Order: sequence, then structure tokens, then C-alpha cells
Amino acid sequence: MTTAAQPFLQFEDVTKTYPGVTALQGVSFGVRTGSVHALMGENGAGKSTLLKTLSGAHQPTSGQLLLDGVPHVFKSTSDALAAGVAVIYQELHLIPGMTVAENIYLGHLPARRGLVNRQQLHDQAAAQLKRLGEDIDPDTLLAQLPIGQRQMVEIAKALSRGARVIAFDEPTSSLSAREIDKLFNVIRDLRTEGCVILYVTHRMEEIFKLCDACTVLRDGRHVRTHATLDGVTPALLVQDMVGRDIADVFGYSPRPHGGPALEVTDVSGRGVNSPITLSVAKGEILGLFGLIGAGRTEFLKLLFGAEPLSSGTVRVHGHPVPLKSPRDAIDVGLAYCTEDRKRDGIVPILSVMENCNISARPAHLRAGCLIDETWEKTNARQQVDSLKVRTPSLTQLIKHLSGGNQQKVILGRWLSTNIRVLLLDEPTRGIDIGAKSEIYQIIFRLAREGAGIVVVSSDLPEVLGLADRVAVMREGEISAVLTRAEATPERVLAHALPLEKTSVA
Amino acid sequence: MSSPTGKSASPFLTLLDRAGMQLILGALIIVCWLTVRNFGSPENIMNLLLQVSTVGIVATTMLFCLASGNFDLSVGTLIPAGGVLCALVLRHGGGLALATATALAFGAIVGFINGVVVAKFKINALITTLSTMMMVRGAAFVFADGKSIGISDETMLNLANSAFPVIHSSTGTILFQITLPVWICLGLFALFGFILQRTTFGRNTLAIGGNEEAARLAGINVNRVKITIFTLQGTVAALAGVLLAARLGIGDPKTAQGSELSIISACVLGGVSLSGGIGRMSYVIAGVFIMGIVENAMNLLNIDSFYQYIVRGAILLGAVMLDRLKQRS
Repeated sequence: MTTAAQPFLQFEDVTKTYPGVTALQGVSFGVRTGSVHALMGENGAGKSTLLKTLSGAHQPTSGQLLLDGVPHVFKSTSDALAAGVAVIYQELHLIPGMTVAENIYLGHLPARRGLVNRQQLHDQAAAQLKRLGEDIDPDTLLAQLPIGQRQMVEIAKALSRGARVIAFDEPTSSLSAREIDKLFNVIRDLRTEGCVILYVTHRMEEIFKLCDACTVLRDGRHVRTHATLDGVTPALLVQDMVGRDIADVFGYSPRPHGGPALEVTDVSGRGVNSPITLSVAKGEILGLFGLIGAGRTEFLKLLFGAEPLSSGTVRVHGHPVPLKSPRDAIDVGLAYCTEDRKRDGIVPILSVMENCNISARPAHLRAGCLIDETWEKTNARQQVDSLKVRTPSLTQLIKHLSGGNQQKVILGRWLSTNIRVLLLDEPTRGIDIGAKSEIYQIIFRLAREGAGIVVVSSDLPEVLGLADRVAVMREGEISAVLTRAEATPERVLAHALPLEKTSVA
Repeated sequence: MSSPTGKSASPFLTLLDRAGMQLILGALIIVCWLTVRNFGSPENIMNLLLQVSTVGIVATTMLFCLASGNFDLSVGTLIPAGGVLCALVLRHGGGLALATATALAFGAIVGFINGVVVAKFKINALITTLSTMMMVRGAAFVFADGKSIGISDETMLNLANSAFPVIHSSTGTILFQITLPVWICLGLFALFGFILQRTTFGRNTLAIGGNEEAARLAGINVNRVKITIFTLQGTVAALAGVLLAARLGIGDPKTAQGSELSIISACVLGGVSLSGGIGRMSYVIAGVFIMGIVENAMNLLNIDSFYQYIVRGAILLGAVMLDRLKQRS
């Protein structure tokens, strides 16, 4: 099976440019029938863009896709589906208020003259699910299924369209170990049935456990394709992805720490089940690692007053802080860069200047309520220059900037305030490697200037590269606090993985 | 919005993008002046300004409502209710100040309720203000006992007619004057335009409309801003009602029907985004005057009011589609 002469799916010199950004440049590689082909790369390497050209969501600027040697142009997702190509994204495209069966057959419900044949729908959906070894009643509402089963529904949906090429975009990111095992078995079955599987992931162990071949992208370019994984080591793949040794990216050096900047005592709230006590010194960077759903974001939101505390106290520079709203937190020198920049960080349709000044502004008013135009311009200009934000002007709408530059503007927003403690939630998600490294330097600089910093990340190398100490969260509580020397990847992961479930690797 | 850098677009396109509706307004005025008989006469301009003032006054605060990503339908019935309350207090011997204060307080309370329900209880603004709109309509009829209330108070009637400057013709009749409602409308244009651009309240309004959660996490008290906006909106709508009643000489619960839609469509026509975050007073002024002039010109041309509805609807639809195209390019 694995030695079919011609790759079934081929990318030929695929290039995709957006205004001001080249997301993909001349990417060529092939995927053979009956193989699981891993697609690796850092955030911003172009994996998602490549998947979007495959799904028909975007069209390549130049180059083409070949299926079985025939060039295809997908103008829309339905074009791709019709050609037997399905992409299963991280965020599943399912409708919670409809039944499992309806979700599977969405868009092509079995019907006669517009009248849905419920019996046929039920039977066909049940058959599809059975093929995947799932025992789900097709009439259940999707909202009632756990996330792992929803993924199976998404796969059933792809199969019901007769998909022969199935691409998975980090499918395991929110699954439990058991669900992951099950998913892998399904993927192996699909491979045996002759499907072509493209598998996007960050996780090294998954590649060696599941995949037959591997392609690495970096900065939108094709680095290397390994037709077989024999003799390929994780270190080699990492080097391909990063292009240099990991240590260089961070440039960590120890700093002196001062008195406590942030002291958290017995804090609990929604998503944080057992009370958390920890402290961060002035000049210290505390890494906070945990799997998705471990309560990291929830914990930061409690500290920032964005969600109500059910218990506990928070002190900044020794003084207890009333945390009724984000404003209270900002007033005592807390700052919070959100996990999802687009959803709750930037105001997309406002300018760079407006986004930068929005939080510090109340401290710089004239006559108590009038905006000080001079301060507005000077401050924004200063932040843009010192953080090297690449923007044609201060009045540019922030939505036109790249992710890395948007994040710098958000950092500038907080640097404009009197910052004592900086809470960073996934500060480099979706940011290209160059900007990443710049953001790390900003974080180190702030720490040297005496801010206490908490960095949440699901990227383990990032946490280990930045932090002086690492706190690990598991299921809504702190499971360990390790010094930099103690924090090996294995130990951190061991404290992060769910207790009762068996591990994947 | 047309190009990411703003540099590659031609100056003409940039101008059209920035001042599209103002240009259309300018063209409209010139065309009407040249082709519609009596359009440019002092008397007609006086009329036009007065007609536009009611919608204009309420549109100043509707700008804030829309810019924050909200909506207020209750203004349509707050206008008559304000007038009725004012007339009622005058009839029972209250002075002008008390009558006006009562009407404005009523508007503020209704606006405050709208704001609290929308901000704190997170109820959709459309449904909330649709409900209060009906309740206020009912209240206006109850206050007035189903009839219109005549106003005999001299100070009140003089209020609407006080004017500056007054230009007399050679025969001694008034040639041209700008009356108080028009001045108030112009004043509110200036005041709220300034507030939107130059105060934190104004900037916060736009930020909330642009991304509410981001605004909250940036330290903006979102609920307080929303409640303030709705309270202002209610007060200003009641004020418009008082001025309208003074002009007409009666507090009539049946006036200004459907005005909420004229007000919102004037804002949207000018380029204020229905989904929030985009808005300027210059947009509102352009929208209000375009609507007003089209209506005025159709009246001068003796076009049947039934057709006028069709034309006004078509203009609004065209304007929002143009806006959509502009955003996409």
C-alpha cells in the first residue's frame, strides 16, 4: 500500500500572498495513498494557509493542487468536498442545536421533494458512525456529546461526502488521552481503507506514533519532506521547524529578583477549583503551563478582575487589591494580554493609536474629561517606535496589521500604563518566528525593569525558555511549582497530564 | 478602509471614501437648487431646517447608540410622550420649566431602564427598546386620555417661535429666520460631535461598538457607558418632543409615528455602522440632511406621499449596499 508510485495529492509550487504578507511561497510536495502524512511547522509557518487552499476556503495566488495527477481549483468548500477533499479544523464546524445525524448530513440531507426522510437519515448516520466504531444514537443533540465524540461526528460527516483526502488540523489539542487513542485507531483504519491523510500537529510524539511521512514548513516555505520516518529524530524535525537551536530564540539570562510583585492567596473561582496560592517577585518571570482546559486562562481572568473571585486575596506590591472589574486591576498596575487577540484583545476597526491608548488614557486627560491629543500622539508614537511595530501610520486600522504587530500594539497599550504585574496569555500564538523572538525580548526587558510577569503558554519550549520558575496547572489546580533547573519537559508534562487517564506516548 | 496602506489609492478615491456622503449631500443640494422650483427660496430653507430639526436632535444621541453597537426604537414614542407630558403639566398650571423638566425626567427614566436592561441583563437592544416603545406609547395615551392636549401657555408657544437672526423683507414680513429648535439641533450636533471625538466617553463608546469584550478587558466600564448612552438618548428624545409640541401647539400622542426608523435610517445613510464601532457626527449630519432634502424636494414636486415611502426606502437600501461594497474593496 505504502509504495504507490504516484502521490495521490500533490501541491505544486503553491504560493499565497495577502496584502503585505507572503503566507506561502512555492510549496511543493506530495502525499501518497494509504499513508498518514504529517505537516509540521511553528505557528505562522503556513500550515493553516495550506489547509485553507486545500479546503477551498482560499485560492492559491499561484501554483496548483493535483488530485491523482489532475489539477483542481477549489473555489469553495463545496468544490473541495465534491472532489473528495475534507478538512477537519481545530474548531469543529458543527451545529450544537441539531442532532448528530443532521450534522453528519448537513447540506445533503436525504430528502424527497424537499421533505427530509428521517428514517433514512437515521439509518445512514448510524451506519457511518458504526464504521468509525462509535456507539452514538444519531438522534442525540450534538450539544450533549463530549468533544472527542464531536470530532468523530465531524469525521463521519467527511466520510458521508465520500472524502478520500482528509486533513486534520491539530485534532488532539482538546482531547483526553483515551479519546486520542481512539482517534488514532480510526485514522489508522482510514489509512488501511486507502484514504490520504494529512495530519497537522505540533506534537512530536504523535508524529512518531501515527505518521508514515512528514513535511516541515517554515516561514511559508517548504523545508523538507521525509518520505519515511526511519532514521528521523525529533531533534532533526525541531531544527527543521525552527531553523536554529531553540535556545537561541529565547536568549534567557538570569536576573536579580526583588520583593514580591504579586501575591495570590487562596484564590478560587470559576474554572479554578481548589484555591491557588503563589507569588511572583519583582523581576521574575513565572511560566504557567497546563493543557487546554486546565484553568490557566480562567486563573488569569480572576487575577485581572475580569471574572468574580469566589475566595482569596490578591496583593500587588504588598497592598491588597479590590478586584471588582478590570479597571480596578489596571489602576493598581496589573495588565493582561488576552489569549485570543482577535476576540478580546484588539478593537479591529479602530486605529493603532486608539488601540494603544485606550487603557492609559484616563490618567492623561485635560480638565478631567477631555482627550489630550498631544499625549495621544506622543505616547502612541513612542510605543510604536520602541516596540518596533511595523505600521504605515498611527491611524492605520489595527486589523490590517499582522498578528505579531497587533500583539506589540497590545503590549504597548499596557506599557503605557503604570505596569507592575504583567499577565500574558499565549503571548505568541499565531505569531511568526521573527516577531516571536522580539516579543520574548520585550518580556525580558520588562522583567529587568522590575515587573512581575506571568506567562501562560501551551507551547512547552516557550514556557521553559522564558520562565525563572514554572507552575503547572492540572484540572483547575496547581499541581507543581518547579524551578528552572527542575523544569525538564518530562517533569512538567507529567504534572500537567490528567491523572487517571493513560498517557498517549 | 479601501486599501491597507492608504497610500496606493488615488486621492480622489480616498476623498470619496472619507467624505462620500458629504459629497453626495453637496451634489444633491446643487441639483435641487437648480432643478426644483422654490427649493432655494428663503421660506423653503426655513421650513427645511425646521423639519429636519426633530430627526436631527434625536439622531445626535442615536449616533452614540449605534456606535456602541446598540439600537433604540423607543425614541419614536418618547417624542410624543414628552410632548404630551409637557402639555399636561402646563394645563395643570405648572410653569414652562417644570413642564420641560417633567418631560425630560420621564425620557431619562425610560432611557435608564433601557440601558440597565440592555447592559446588566444582556437583553438584545432591539427587543428591549421595542418593548419600552410599546409601553411608552401606551403611557402617552394614558397621560393624554387618548386625546391631544392643547397648549395655551404663551411662554411655551413663544419658545418655539423665538428666533435669531430675523430678516425682514421690505414689506415688513419675515423673510428668513432661524428658530430655537433649529439652534438647539445645531448646538447638539456640535456638542455631541465634540463629545464623541474628544472625550473618553466618546472614544469608549466606539471601542465598545468595535469589540465589547476587548473594551471591558482594557479597563472600560462597559455597563456604565451603555446606561449613560441610553439615558442621554431618552432625555434628548423627550426634549425633541417638547420642542415639537411647542411648535405644533398641542401635545399629541399620535405624532411622530415611525420617526424612530427615520432617525436610525438617517444615521445609517450617513455611514454610521449598524454593527457598531464606526460613526462620526459629520456622517449623521449628512444623513439627516440628505433624508430631509429628498423629502422636501419631493413635497415641492408634489409627489404623492405613498411614492415618497418607496423612494426613501430605496435610498436607504442603496446607501447601506454602497457602504458594504466600500468595506469589501
